[in-house]
Amino acid sequence: MYNKGTVIAGLAIFVLFVTFPIWFNGLDAGAMPKYTEAEMVPNGEKACVAPADVMRDTHMQLLNEWRDDVLRNSDRVMVKVDGKEYRKGLQIACMECHSNKEKFCDSCHEYAAVQPTCWDCHLTPAAIKEAQ
Amino acid sequence: MDTKRRKFLKMAGASVLAGIGAPAIVKLSTKDAVAAGGGHGAAKASHGGGHGAEESSGVRLGMVIDMRKFYDNQGMLDKAIESCYRVHNTPKIDNPKSEIKWIWKTGYGNAFPEKSHNHRSHTVHESSFPVLCNHCDNPSCVKACPTKATFVVEKNGIVAMDFHRCIGCRFCMAACPYGARSFNWEDPRPHIDKPYNADFPTRMRGVVEKCNFCGERLALGQEPACVEACKGTGAIVFGDLNDPKSEVRKVLDSEFTIQRKPSAGTKPSVFYIV
Amino acid sequence: MIEKTLKGKPAYWIWLAVLGTFIAVGAACYIRQYMFGLGLTGMSRDVSWGLYISQFTFLVGVAAGGLMLVLPYYIHNYKAFGRITILGEFLAISALVMCLMFIMADLGQPLRGLNVIFFATPYSMLFWDMCVLWGYLLLNLLCGWVILTAERKQVPPPKWIYVFVAISIPFAVSIHTVTAMLYCGLPGRHFWLSAIIAPRFLASAFAAGPSLILIACLIMRKYANFDAGKEAIQKLTTIIMYAVIINTFFFLLEFFVGYYSEVPGHIHSLEYLFFGLEHDGHVYNNLVPFMWTSVVFNFTGLGILAYMKIAKVFDYRLVGASAVLIFLALWADKGLGFVFGGFVPNPLEEVTEYIPTMNELGITLGIWATGFFLMTLFYKIAIGVEHEVEA
Repeated sequence: MYNKGTVIAGLAIFVLFVTFPIWFNGLDAGAMPKYTEAEMVPNGEKACVAPADVMRDTHMQLLNEWRDDVLRNSDRVMVKVDGKEYRKGLQIACMECHSNKEKFCDSCHEYAAVQPTCWDCHLTPAAIKEAQ
Repeated sequence: MDTKRRKFLKMAGASVLAGIGAPAIVKLSTKDAVAAGGGHGAAKASHGGGHGAEESSGVRLGMVIDMRKFYDNQGMLDKAIESCYRVHNTPKIDNPKSEIKWIWKTGYGNAFPEKSHNHRSHTVHESSFPVLCNHCDNPSCVKACPTKATFVVEKNGIVAMDFHRCIGCRFCMAACPYGARSFNWEDPRPHIDKPYNADFPTRMRGVVEKCNFCGERLALGQEPACVEACKGTGAIVFGDLNDPKSEVRKVLDSEFTIQRKPSAGTKPSVFYIV
Repeated sequence: MIEKTLKGKPAYWIWLAVLGTFIAVGAACYIRQYMFGLGLTGMSRDVSWGLYISQFTFLVGVAAGGLMLVLPYYIHNYKAFGRITILGEFLAISALVMCLMFIMADLGQPLRGLNVIFFATPYSMLFWDMCVLWGYLLLNLLCGWVILTAERKQVPPPKWIYVFVAISIPFAVSIHTVTAMLYCGLPGRHFWLSAIIAPRFLASAFAAGPSLILIACLIMRKYANFDAGKEAIQKLTTIIMYAVIINTFFFLLEFFVGYYSEVPGHIHSLEYLFFGLEHDGHVYNNLVPFMWTSVVFNFTGLGILAYMKIAKVFDYRLVGASAVLIFLALWADKGLGFVFGGFVPNPLEEVTEYIPTMNELGITLGIWATGFFLMTLFYKIAIGVEHEVEA
């Protein structure tokens, strides 16, 4: 192999560079956000459309399904779970109980470094309140 | 007739809220084509300009705007527009360059350029006409859209927008012969009248928007905002054009109505009595 | 072969640096637009497509114009184009890259661009335009590279490449036909709703593309020690001349249809472009100077070409002047008038004029500079290989 030194040094720099986000914080992802039940669900509601762990894993799929049902198929039939009914919608259903978007949504999204674009259009409870 | 229908709409709404049966939009039609499922393809009308009769199957929502009710009551028009803007969190941008319009006022000659001539009546000449998306049976905007972000809702014939999917290419704006589409050239939030309607989202910059025939209100058994704003006057009659028993069909069957630019072949679902 | 771009005279580096500056300015302008939205442009509710889409439309033509070199050389075995056919292919690549950049610059939600593939919609002409543009770009990259590599090794190109060369010919026609179909299938836009748009696009493309190649050949003859050959240049001028004549003929037909039938929809846009459209006591005419300049340049360029043919004169300065005039004339016609004129009047018979903003111009120039930058590098490689073979 020609220029062995340069090539290997270059590769090493490249690997260091692309793994920057991993080692920069000392291989530590930081503390998981932790909030009390009261902060997550200020109105004290216990029921949801699915168990917490399912929602944690698949809320994005569920929201996409609801979006397609409502918008594309005009299927706005309420979702009935354990005798309780929910409209299909982030702004009109989820946020009714999870009214603290900053804690309920953002804290975890920030931790996981994802930036969903929901709030570009949908109104947060805080934005609605502020505009009153 | 009018009160009967309103009662019916309320009933339909209540039934949805109670979670029984199909969405209210289905209840709007007394025909069972939809309820039976199937057989309601996205309004594919017969082809061929002026020769083929205008026909489609399934529910096709439309409206008749009776200008005779608006001539002496132009204030009602403003009320209807205001109601629409409030219900949909539509921004009010002063600059005509970036304006967002769902339903707005224009002159007769602008609304009906093919039917304008020198000697029209003073009333027609001096009145404002409401214009909005025609929710065409054969919409050219839907053909143009490269992502199906705008599409015909199969259940009711509404030409809808999926703001999540729109890439903002504005091909639909070039394709619409009615100028019914607006683009969010900038973030609309600062231009929306407060308070917001908490039941409806806003839009983000970079997507196209237009009238949605209040699909979200129909689902709750409510009439479209503009129709409701003119309640009791019969100025705007809304319903299923394909249902011979619907109120809107009764008006269409008994009155002489016109459409905007029928020559474009898009088969508009909004009719006017001038 | 890429290493050939790394050696050059100071003029070469200065030229690249100038282009690089424009690219940097364009990139900065684009970041501004990305952060704020398309509100930074002069486009409006009524004129919803501006410089980006008009440049895109014109450049699709430039890309398709490369066909006028590929077709005679590969299909008719016209040997005189041997040295410059590769220039046509490389021009097509550069022009297509500009096209794709202009489309991206025009999107309100550029990050969602892939939705065109995720939710492929075959009844939308934009979907097909994406297919043929990418197809033509890849075909040209493949053919250009394989053939140039073979030339460098002084062996005949592999036989299989001619299959792709043959496929690229209908692709060249299709890119501009489908681009015309973006416009000519829209009800309610009378200026565009004309079956002659696609043929007219092709005619102007077959003049604009070769004109640019001709200009490049003359520049490289002077500065890069590259001679395309007198016969090739003369043949190019003949091709350009006939293409311009056909394009002019088609355009005059539009005038006849409008002004003889006197159907308002067919007149309004032409009136706006060439004479100014009166509306509510105000005359809207901001494109009139451009359109008449286009007319004058078009006929002057044509006159020079015809003079050289009739008087049997050949002069590089005349060739260059006619190519520049014709390129600019076609640019004003298709890269400005065609798109902007179609939006006037709007569907409600109101008039809104379009004036691009500085930021928009910055992005537009930046993308043009990127195209010329790429074209320079490609041509440097092509000439480098030819010099190497000759040496």
